[in-house]
Amino acid sequence: MSDNAYAAVLGRKNEIMKRALGLDFDSFIQSPIAFDYERLMAATGYSLEDIVRIQADSKVGNTPLYELKNLTEAVRRTAAPGKGARILVKDEAANASGSFKARRASISAYEAQKKGFKGLIAATSGNYGAAVASQAAMRGLKCIVLQEVFDSRGVCQPEIVEKSRACEAYGAQVLRLSVGPELFYMALRTLEATGFFNASLYTPFGIRGVETLGVEVVEQVRRRYGQDPDAVVITHAGGGNLTGTARGMLAAGCANARVVACSVDLGGLHMASDTDFNKKSFTTGHTGFGVPFATWPDRVDVPRNAARSLRYMDEYQLVTQGEVFYVTELLTKLEGLERGPAGNTSLTAAVTLARTLDRDQIVVVQETEYTGAGKHHNRQLSFARENGIEVRRGDPAGNVPGRTIVIPERLDQVRGRVQDMDRLRASYLKNAAKVLPPDQWSATDLAFLAADLKVGVDRVKALGASHD
Amino acid sequence: MEPIAAGTWVEIESVLLEPGERAPNLPPETAKVPYILKASGFLVGDAELGREATIRTLIGLEYRGRVVAVNPGYGHSFGPTVPELLTIGIGGNA
Repeated sequence: MSDNAYAAVLGRKNEIMKRALGLDFDSFIQSPIAFDYERLMAATGYSLEDIVRIQADSKVGNTPLYELKNLTEAVRRTAAPGKGARILVKDEAANASGSFKARRASISAYEAQKKGFKGLIAATSGNYGAAVASQAAMRGLKCIVLQEVFDSRGVCQPEIVEKSRACEAYGAQVLRLSVGPELFYMALRTLEATGFFNASLYTPFGIRGVETLGVEVVEQVRRRYGQDPDAVVITHAGGGNLTGTARGMLAAGCANARVVACSVDLGGLHMASDTDFNKKSFTTGHTGFGVPFATWPDRVDVPRNAARSLRYMDEYQLVTQGEVFYVTELLTKLEGLERGPAGNTSLTAAVTLARTLDRDQIVVVQETEYTGAGKHHNRQLSFARENGIEVRRGDPAGNVPGRTIVIPERLDQVRGRVQDMDRLRASYLKNAAKVLPPDQWSATDLAFLAADLKVGVDRVKALGASHD
Repeated sequence: MEPIAAGTWVEIESVLLEPGERAPNLPPETAKVPYILKASGFLVGDAELGREATIRTLIGLEYRGRVVAVNPGYGHSFGPTVPELLTIGIGGNA
């Protein structure tokens, strides 16, 4: 009988994870900071062609790319003369299980089956749960999804209830948990007890699976418009969507498109707070994940995170909950597409971005997700009201996370706020300094940090010093 | 209390960690409440609402906890209409 005390389980973390992934990270690790990222990614053993084939066999990929002509026209009416890039959206809701997360799950499920695991485990309150459950179902593997669902009053966040339902619909076992970071503790216990595969969001398998999304975006735009996209906008939480997509774009030879991240601003709400839990109208794609994961990716359920967003990110925009709800409604009524919050977060940033670019330029929103009961923005807003949050139309500058949601009155009020990238990079370096003091950083560490921040070594030194 | 027959689909609840056993550095409002698991499965033996019982889940694993619901459903919905949304985008206006 194992000791299930919190500290005892966390103490067995490394051995549990090593067995549950069949991938030994030790051989890639160079120092407390540095590791050989590209060698880790290559260690999956899959080429891009392999991944395309596995996904085609598992109802994933080749999703449609739509031009949002009516929304583009509406944005042009709010832009300076000659401005207003075309806005395109990649309809990732068309994947099995209804989101881009199927790309991530497909490779993990294939790998688990190949290695002879009887089942998969994922700790996620997002679409990834249904994606793993769906992929496990088609491979005849067992699946356990652990979700953070309810607060201490027993009140469930409606979007996560829908995600529980979807997982159980695919035959998965769902462990529904109260608010707290102990989700990871329970995931470790479950991995240990079952011997199942750790279908973590942050393994190289998951991230390599997203590369096809970036490739498809570039190839579809080239085929239809004879040019590369000028910007690709990506909803940002844990960083896997951005990392995989950007790597795919590079693999397709598209090095000049701007990679733009976007998160919903939930500043001031604590992610581990029992009382803040049901004051959030977004369960992911928000700053509660986006900022900490960008500024220290290795806070995850694998020894090193394959999702490293600052390696690829050129710009980071924050939007308000009210702005996303407004743009969601516009997508529905102007374009006849009813979709869920994740892709509509990046669509909100795309509106701001398109307004500043020329008419012959192209902005791609690289995902949609399905919507429905619980996930729908009408439910999120009515739930917010039930939890004492004020909902009104007005200037979105009045949004206060956890207190007030202001839905814009007009499109020209949708204005994503571009963040200072150097502040994010400095914050990353501050976290790196906690792991290893800067005076002990070797040439290997500096080179790793430079690559991880998409800057030169001199800039790493300057940014590191600026934070002392 | 009416017994619930073995084989019935139920939801159980159990405390995984008492307040003093939880992760360090939690906000006080989280630290003071227990960490709770809920799971659904088929009852292994006859049981009563509110009493301890063992379930077998969809994938055949067994969990023990207090029975809190029989044939638990999903109560989520689209919610009452939020009128502020209705007029957005009507007639092509943004």
